[in-house]
Amino acid sequence: MDIENIKKDFPILENRKITYLDNGATTQKPIQVIKSIEEFYKKYNSNPHRGAYSLSIETTEEYENTRNKIAKFINAKQSQEIVFSKNATESLNLIAYSYGMENLKKDDEVVISIMEHHSNLVPWQKVVKLTSSKLNYMYMNDQFELSDEEIESKITDKTKIVGITHVSNVLGTINNIKRIIKYAHKKGAIVIVDASQSIPHMPIDVQDLDCDFLVFSGHKMLAPLGIGVLYGKKEILNKMTPFLMGGDMIEYVYEQETRFAPLPNKFEAGTQNVEAVIGLGAAIDYINNIGYDKIQEIENNIVQYAIAELSKLNYLDLYLTPNKENHSAVISFNIKGVHPHDVATILDTEGICIRSGNHCAQPLMRYLGIDSTCRASFYIYNTKNDVDKLVNALNKAYTMFKKYIVK
Amino acid sequence: MEDLSDVYNELIMEHSMNSYNKKRIENADFCKLGHNPNCGDEITLELKIDGDKITDMAFSGHGCAISQASTSIMIDTLKGKTIEEAKEIIKTFIGMIKREETNQEKLEKLEDAIAFKNVANMPARVKCALLAWHTIEDILNDK
Repeated sequence: MDIENIKKDFPILENRKITYLDNGATTQKPIQVIKSIEEFYKKYNSNPHRGAYSLSIETTEEYENTRNKIAKFINAKQSQEIVFSKNATESLNLIAYSYGMENLKKDDEVVISIMEHHSNLVPWQKVVKLTSSKLNYMYMNDQFELSDEEIESKITDKTKIVGITHVSNVLGTINNIKRIIKYAHKKGAIVIVDASQSIPHMPIDVQDLDCDFLVFSGHKMLAPLGIGVLYGKKEILNKMTPFLMGGDMIEYVYEQETRFAPLPNKFEAGTQNVEAVIGLGAAIDYINNIGYDKIQEIENNIVQYAIAELSKLNYLDLYLTPNKENHSAVISFNIKGVHPHDVATILDTEGICIRSGNHCAQPLMRYLGIDSTCRASFYIYNTKNDVDKLVNALNKAYTMFKKYIVK
Repeated sequence: MEDLSDVYNELIMEHSMNSYNKKRIENADFCKLGHNPNCGDEITLELKIDGDKITDMAFSGHGCAISQASTSIMIDTLKGKTIEEAKEIIKTFIGMIKREETNQEKLEKLEDAIAFKNVANMPARVKCALLAWHTIEDILNDK
């Protein structure tokens, strides 16, 4: 399958004359995913796990089949280890409250990286305050990577939880999470991997990684908005108390007490976003159908071309590692002396969608000594032509501003 | 959206990049930080008031061209005005950006700040244009 054929699967790219380069925020959806949702409402809609009638049983089957599909997709040992949430943020909050609150003691340490998205940072600030534990950071080196020395100096015998993003949503750095996990385990800590920015682009094998938790959002990998996944090792999930209480997560409810349902239901209170679960299943089918090898081939082509072309623009500052193999599909940059919002506005008039701002990573911005960046992030439907359009529009923005830029 | 040059015009560009109003005032009577958490724009307004008159005003901080220029041009417009006059002009400016104020006579009182008229057609940038104006509105209301 080539890019032009892939592109045809995405109606929005036909309907709107846009160059969509904000895939780190959310990807567009292929027709197969859109149709799966339509089909769900036309043929299967009912509340899973509730009805004794065949329609509800079929809904339950579809819902649980998707869980199995996800387990297989990330190579979990069993589907009970897959919990549906609203998004990666909710998955991380679930871990912070249900695991962090109950396991952190005074003077314990939580270690995260300075590259974390606020979703893997703000919950920990709250939990360490409530448990009198500490939050420490692994900082990156001048190549925007976490060095082995940094990892080994920050993860100590006091560390109980390590939270790490697989791929930085700002820098595109691919962190060596396998190494971090191995070292953290040696020190007796559990590891949470935020795979939101990696799973759309590279295969994930939770058994090979040996991570204790892994989270991601569906909407960044072709699936609908409002569906997230939490993977956790069964023995750990079993020991945790539920995060949200309510319907479908119980076995027996008495006036003063409740016995909770077994995994995974004890973490899925209330009616879930079933249409999005079905859509996520279709998205996984779509990714499997193309294959990660092909996805990476397409992306490498585009991203390397983009880096080469953007590097030629001497008015740009680029924020990315020089080590190609450690860099994913996100490129952050600034026109020297011009604010990213102005750049984004000018690009918008050319139909180019990029993100500008702090990317929910204010501590990282502060560490870099900047307020914000422009960010172009690519996916399988982007072409070299998109990169050329980006470069032309940047030239236009620079031309507009250059006589005013204060050197 | 309007033509880009309607918004990024000469006046706005000059004020945004190289403003003579970007400085500190010694012994300012009022000082307030205004910020826009979504985009990270931050401006600090400093103000000197003598009786009921704004005698001096300056700003520091960082942000996009629209927010910086809007702050600088606001200072040009409001300096030397009485507090009541200033409040009226602020109301008119906010009304213009929100497309609620069309009275030509009132709009003329905005002086150079009328240059931001077309920001009303750029929903993503409305907050940038209003940051300084909301900040001074707070100062004058709390006074």
